[in-house]
Amino acid sequence: MSTLSTSQRLQAFANPTRFMSLSGRILGPMAAVTALLLLSGLYFALLDSPPDYQQGETVRIMYVHVPSAWLAMMGYMIMAGASAIGLIFRHPLADVCAKSAAPIGAAFTFLALVTGSLWGKPMWGTWWVWDARLTSMLILLFLYLGYIALWATIEEPARAARGAAVLALVGALNVPIIHYSVVWWNTLHQPASVFRMGGPTIAASMLTPLMLMALGFTMLFVTLLLVRMRAEILRRRVRGLLLAKADM
Amino acid sequence: MAEFFFMGGYAAYVWPVYGLALLVVVGLVGQSLLDYRRQLRLVSELESKAGGRARRAARTHRSDA
Amino acid sequence: MRRAFSAVLMRDLRLATRAGGGGGMAVFFFLIVVTIVPLGIGPDLNLLAMIAPGMLWVGLLLSALLTLDRLFQADFEDGSMDILMMGDLPLEALVAAKAVGHWLTTGLPLVIAAPLLGLLLNLDESAYPPLMLAMLLGSPALSFLGTIGAALTVGVRRGGLLASLLVMPFYIPVLIFGVGAASAATSAMPSGVYGQSLSLLGAVSLVSLVVGPVAAAVALRANLR
Repeated sequence: MSTLSTSQRLQAFANPTRFMSLSGRILGPMAAVTALLLLSGLYFALLDSPPDYQQGETVRIMYVHVPSAWLAMMGYMIMAGASAIGLIFRHPLADVCAKSAAPIGAAFTFLALVTGSLWGKPMWGTWWVWDARLTSMLILLFLYLGYIALWATIEEPARAARGAAVLALVGALNVPIIHYSVVWWNTLHQPASVFRMGGPTIAASMLTPLMLMALGFTMLFVTLLLVRMRAEILRRRVRGLLLAKADM
Repeated sequence: MAEFFFMGGYAAYVWPVYGLALLVVVGLVGQSLLDYRRQLRLVSELESKAGGRARRAARTHRSDA
Repeated sequence: MRRAFSAVLMRDLRLATRAGGGGGMAVFFFLIVVTIVPLGIGPDLNLLAMIAPGMLWVGLLLSALLTLDRLFQADFEDGSMDILMMGDLPLEALVAAKAVGHWLTTGLPLVIAAPLLGLLLNLDESAYPPLMLAMLLGSPALSFLGTIGAALTVGVRRGGLLASLLVMPFYIPVLIFGVGAASAATSAMPSGVYGQSLSLLGAVSLVSLVVGPVAAAVALRANLR
């Protein structure tokens, strides 16, 4: 019974018109939950959590940096997953989802990079180190930007979707290889690892703001994804209407 | 209060992080909503102008896309 | 099928070596890039020897990127791509033939030119054999991965630059393992780095031999419908 209803719900998402009505209904509550999570996360992150005994107050940067980095990777996974579904099942909503996820993922990748740099300056004494994690994150940003650029250059949505899906999937295949090569390169050049985030155990007082912020960021991602998917569906409808007008 | 803004001497790093995060989030939300409103307006303009015939034509266009 | 493969390959080789084919362009570009480096950072021979393997690899990468638009763009513009696609050669094999042709006319000449340019950068003598070997192993990957970028941007105006931007991140493992092999011979790296980097480079190349044609074929089908 319950499996039937979930598959029915998935089918509702498969149809653009049903998607519009369903997403329109859940968007408001989702935005409210996102705001609540982020505000409570901010309260704990800035006011109700202790400074770290080693990193002092800079540990508060972590509450933005780590969720951003997490979303940067989740965004690419969503993008690649949706691309695979779009490529194999020719599913129009999957293409819309992949396209809409890219700018959000790129923005969070950028945020993770800059906050990492702002964290690195007081911790390592320099704005940038060619550490494996930072370098991989930078390359991830390039992958996002290339994907967005490809969508922007090809005008016809159906054609752009298939090309972009190929790029996203090859990228997803390459991300582990690139990451491995960068780690390998890093150990070659500086055997001692620089800095381990947070240490082996995170105190419970830090876990609360971190989890709240991570959840809030994730909800923000999903809410934004829905808004952008709705806009993209409308954009295609506009395109269809304009083409129809040109035909008449 | 002043101590809160001082951030143990790391104010120059902690506050830009939160400021930038706010900027990115507000920018993303604002851009997404503006784009959504724009497309919504365009659709209603085109649909009211063209009437039912164009809507049917648009639907066939969408299905082949 | 083998005959069709070699026919496509021979055609590409003839086109590349003919006047206006632009076959020698990549080597010339490689030379220019390597010449620019000492002018930019100063003529200190020790410093140049230290960065030589990396600079040669970066130059190789840039030169390979520069010629990517030759892969499909010309055939797309004069319509011969449609005819090639109608033939009985599977599209994946067609892409592979094009990639082999690209490697023979760009990658191989660059690898042959690399030791001469190594002289300009005061490359350590012991580094020549490993560098050449690494370049021979790694440069096919540049051509095969490059087909993806070229296929994605076929039909896009000024697509060459976009193709480079799309493909560059995929070249990073080739660069890292390639430089690793050459610098393992010159600097005091832990033992085993040389063999390790060569085998990793070979693995990346083998993966690209499969991924490149398959992905490029899907992209071409989408772009040429």
